[in-house]
Amino acid sequence: MKSNLIVAKFWNPDTLMDALAEVHHKGIPVYDCYTPFPIHGIEQYMDIKRTRLTIASFIYGLLGLSAALLLMAGVNGGALDLGWDIKSWQIDVGGKPYLAWVDFVPIAFELTVLFAAHGMVITFFIITGYYPGKKAELLDDRQTDDVFIMTIDADKVVRHDEIKQILTEKGAFEVKTTA
Amino acid sequence: MHVEAQVRAKLLTNTEQYSQITDDIARPIEAAPNKEWLFWTTISAIVMTVCCFGLIGYLLWEGIGVWGLNTEVGWGFDITNFVFWVGIGHAGTLISAVLLLFRQTWRNSINRSAEAMTIFAVLCAAIFPGIHAGRTWDLIWFAPIPNTRGTLWANFNSPLLWDVFAITTYLTVSLVFWYLGMIPDFATLRDRFTRKGKDVAAGIYGALSFGWEGSARNWSRYEIISLILAGLCTPLVLSVHSIVSMDFATSVVPGWHTTIFPPYFVAGAIFSGFGMVQTLLIVMRRIYKLENYITMEHMENMAKVVIATGTTVGLAYMTEFFVAWYSGSFFERYVFINRAFGDYAWAYWIMFSCNVLSPQLFWSKKIRTSMTATFILSIFVNIGMWFERFVIIVTSLHHDYVPARWANYTPTWVEFGIFLGTFGLFFTCFFLFSKFLPVINMFEVKTLLHRPKKPSGIPEGKKDEAVHAH
Repeated sequence: MKSNLIVAKFWNPDTLMDALAEVHHKGIPVYDCYTPFPIHGIEQYMDIKRTRLTIASFIYGLLGLSAALLLMAGVNGGALDLGWDIKSWQIDVGGKPYLAWVDFVPIAFELTVLFAAHGMVITFFIITGYYPGKKAELLDDRQTDDVFIMTIDADKVVRHDEIKQILTEKGAFEVKTTA
Repeated sequence: MHVEAQVRAKLLTNTEQYSQITDDIARPIEAAPNKEWLFWTTISAIVMTVCCFGLIGYLLWEGIGVWGLNTEVGWGFDITNFVFWVGIGHAGTLISAVLLLFRQTWRNSINRSAEAMTIFAVLCAAIFPGIHAGRTWDLIWFAPIPNTRGTLWANFNSPLLWDVFAITTYLTVSLVFWYLGMIPDFATLRDRFTRKGKDVAAGIYGALSFGWEGSARNWSRYEIISLILAGLCTPLVLSVHSIVSMDFATSVVPGWHTTIFPPYFVAGAIFSGFGMVQTLLIVMRRIYKLENYITMEHMENMAKVVIATGTTVGLAYMTEFFVAWYSGSFFERYVFINRAFGDYAWAYWIMFSCNVLSPQLFWSKKIRTSMTATFILSIFVNIGMWFERFVIIVTSLHHDYVPARWANYTPTWVEFGIFLGTFGLFFTCFFLFSKFLPVINMFEVKTLLHRPKKPSGIPEGKKDEAVHAH
């Protein structure tokens, strides 16, 4: 986490939102907020853009779909010439067509979901930087329980005392600057 | 703006502070294990070891001749149990995914334990196709990997192979969804144990929490991916039991070869799963004193889902009968008459009364709000749904086209033992979960609390509450 942050702590999410609205209205950029649970509508005051993880998920899904279709068509239909005698793997089931695409639907669907779900979650961990065993950087040991924190990058704003004044006025029970 | 009618029953009672929620959910984790818990966990672990692992070892050593299967009835307890356990899993995904998409906030306090139930049930289910295959060590042949076996490739036209893909996807995606939901709660526990100076526990939950600190930017991403996962899980859960039903429906066996199977199986799965959720939650809310979180409103809602799905299943039973008559197929008609009045009529009528008649009692509010009655009825649902699979499998197989080949099926002690053993496995997992993991989703329940009271240890601020709502 960045050092030199103005940290304001609240105990009520409504008060935090009220202060955020004020800070946003005054054009002060917010560095981040730390809350025990997601607060809906907080994005508008923090200029958070909608995540593109959904698009990533769609692409992973397409990847899974293609992988499944290539696998099945490659094995059953001998559609892929991978340099070995693939025709010998075709299974004749009562004379049914090798490229019975209706039969491919369930597995194609399952692999689409498998790739989309796991790909998206793995990407989420990569972009957020969370990994097993990572040490959390906390501003308050109750921020995952019942304390709501707003932080402002002190390097990006001037008149720190005025900002701190606003935050206190708006209900922060503690305002400080981290070293 | 979100508006909720004031007449609605509250989903969170007697709770005024966020930290109170943390206290209540962390209490079982912090407390020394009580005697009752130790007793039941030990019993379950013994049953799991002896009946599940021990008897499976015996089975692998001797071969599936120790089961009561014969050339006529080739699927018995094994596939019955498989479908039974997979079905139970479905309620967890329904609660965590489908109800999230429909913005049903009553799911918030029951989704964690329901998802845990899903995962443990699917684990139990996965055992059966494995041991049923006989030469379990050859299961590697299911994997579509290039090999030197020539034409022994996985058969992509086979619903049994679809099942392998469906169950694997279902298990892993459910596991990820469950774990992702627990990360913020692990962070809460980590910080709580750090405050109390319990470094070992803080270290363990810290490692599990992935360094979560509750950043609003990450919450924003987290919420979106939870929604997308829910969106992916919804068709997934429908597909899984549809594919399980195709194990039967794509065959040419009278009694199995019906197009109604996929929706019928999905409804039955949700029905049985909710039965199991009721059983587990009634016990859990009492032992861990969670009545403020799993309120009467929750129990009533689940009872209503049970009425709806139980009645759907009843409709499916009757539709099957009608279609068997309407099809004009001699064999189809015979199988259904034999099902209701033949050698296994007792099983059919247990199924029918447990699944169709007993849930109708939930129309009475008195019964819905009586936990004893709900518990008994939920056990009936579980029994009925196990018999449903037994009836479908065994009655369709034991009398087929050639009367000279007709045979009956009597399960052996090994089959009963392995079935009992999976209950041991299921409950061992569930008891360990209820002791060491947060059984209720703390952060989602906290969102249900409006107008919190000021926590202790917080200095006086200039203004304690926002003037206007957002």
